[in-house]
Amino acid sequence: MSEGRENGAARQDYELKVGLARMLAGGVILDVTTADEARIAEDAGAVAVMALERVPADIRREGGVARMAAVEKVAEIQAAVTIPVMAKARIGHFAEARVLEELKVDFVDESEVLTPADAEYHIDKHAFRVPFVCGARDLGEALRRIGEGAALIRTKGEAGTGDVVEGVRHLRRIRREMRELAAAPREELVTRAKVLGAPLHLVTEVWERGSLPVPNFAAGGVATPADAALVMALGAEAVFVGSGVFKSDDPARTAKAIVKATARFDDAGVLTEASRETGAAMAGLAVAELPEEARLAVRGW
Amino acid sequence: MSVGVLALQGASAAHVAAFARLGVDAREVRAPRDLDGLSHLVLPGGESTTIHRLLELFGLRAPLVERFRSGDLRLFGVCAGAILLGRENGLRPPRLGLLDGDVERNAYGRQVDSFTRPLHAEVDGLGGLRGVFIRAPKLGALGDGVRVLARDGADPVLVEAPGVLAATFHPELSGSDAVHARFLAREVDHQPDALRVV
Repeated sequence: MSEGRENGAARQDYELKVGLARMLAGGVILDVTTADEARIAEDAGAVAVMALERVPADIRREGGVARMAAVEKVAEIQAAVTIPVMAKARIGHFAEARVLEELKVDFVDESEVLTPADAEYHIDKHAFRVPFVCGARDLGEALRRIGEGAALIRTKGEAGTGDVVEGVRHLRRIRREMRELAAAPREELVTRAKVLGAPLHLVTEVWERGSLPVPNFAAGGVATPADAALVMALGAEAVFVGSGVFKSDDPARTAKAIVKATARFDDAGVLTEASRETGAAMAGLAVAELPEEARLAVRGW
Repeated sequence: MSVGVLALQGASAAHVAAFARLGVDAREVRAPRDLDGLSHLVLPGGESTTIHRLLELFGLRAPLVERFRSGDLRLFGVCAGAILLGRENGLRPPRLGLLDGDVERNAYGRQVDSFTRPLHAEVDGLGGLRGVFIRAPKLGALGDGVRVLARDGADPVLVEAPGVLAATFHPELSGSDAVHARFLAREVDHQPDALRVV
């Protein structure tokens, strides 16, 4: 195969990866740890589920090394539902990602919620056929991940807290940095790429189109229908909910209410109905009271 | 002519952009009142189980079917949208039964089995189409009134019947607006009685 054809094939693969991310717009992706939870998520109208061993709130509470979910767990969840199944791999752990690709999960989340496997480098995501989603706190981090091949960006927020403040901070920061970049004259682009720590070709692309080349979803701390509506109104194209559903008192009700609020986030009447219909939210941890070493969002380079 | 794109869940923005390139200002449809005066509606790609649930939740399913059957709303279903238009088959999600054909969900497998291939057009004006198939469905048995417009190998992937157009691939991501142009080119022309599935 000539190099030109290989490039063409890689471009088509990337288009399919970003294409699936676009299909998830307006939806809710729920963390699940069992086949039963996956069925509850699908029945509630989730667009996808994220298979993992423990939800972030439990990882935070129990400590220890958090790894990719067990193979049989992922397979059991895949067998239970027909919607896309995502799964988390540790930052830099390309061998876990290969296992997940072999299992034919629909998306791999190279996630700071798990214990990082590489303290310097992330996975070369262009080397995979399966699409990847990665977390980001700012524009530079988002573009580094896209440069490595991520087909979807999500805010990191602060997972497992039920406190949406970090997710809001990351969404606003990414959008503010894009606005500032779009307003800059062309001669500033190289220096801006240096300051952002991002590849020049992607900085130039954002400068030209005024948006990221891939969708941007919200994640980290979303616990109520109103939280979901808030991040959607701030420009997130879809919402990941981790501990917020299965740590609430009635997961099926909470899931349905968050799906409803996400689809019609700009309608106060619908949001009020959804807020009435939801279960009691998870207790939560205020991020401001968390010691620096307990924060997951600082993982990733 | 008044064009809408269902925007409860899925890739609605790409369809609005395709219509904008054709000089048509399409509106996003989220509530029953958004159907008022509409002549054309796209059911976009997304998750068919989610979209169906939201159609029922927000009271859109019944008026949408009624508007179609009364003959004044033309529908274009893409991927998940095509699944929803198909014949009821007892599987999830429930179908609307507005296209006289079977549409099998996730027929090619999971995301790693998604693919892009050139399509073979069976009518003028759709030559050179690129088929972007993402966790795509497959069209099975089709009624006599359904015309095949394009194929992937032997498989029909773009079909038309009075008042309805259905694609199992994503024309909105393909770089060509020819399919959207065909959807707009015909004003409402269908005879709903011919479509009722017995």
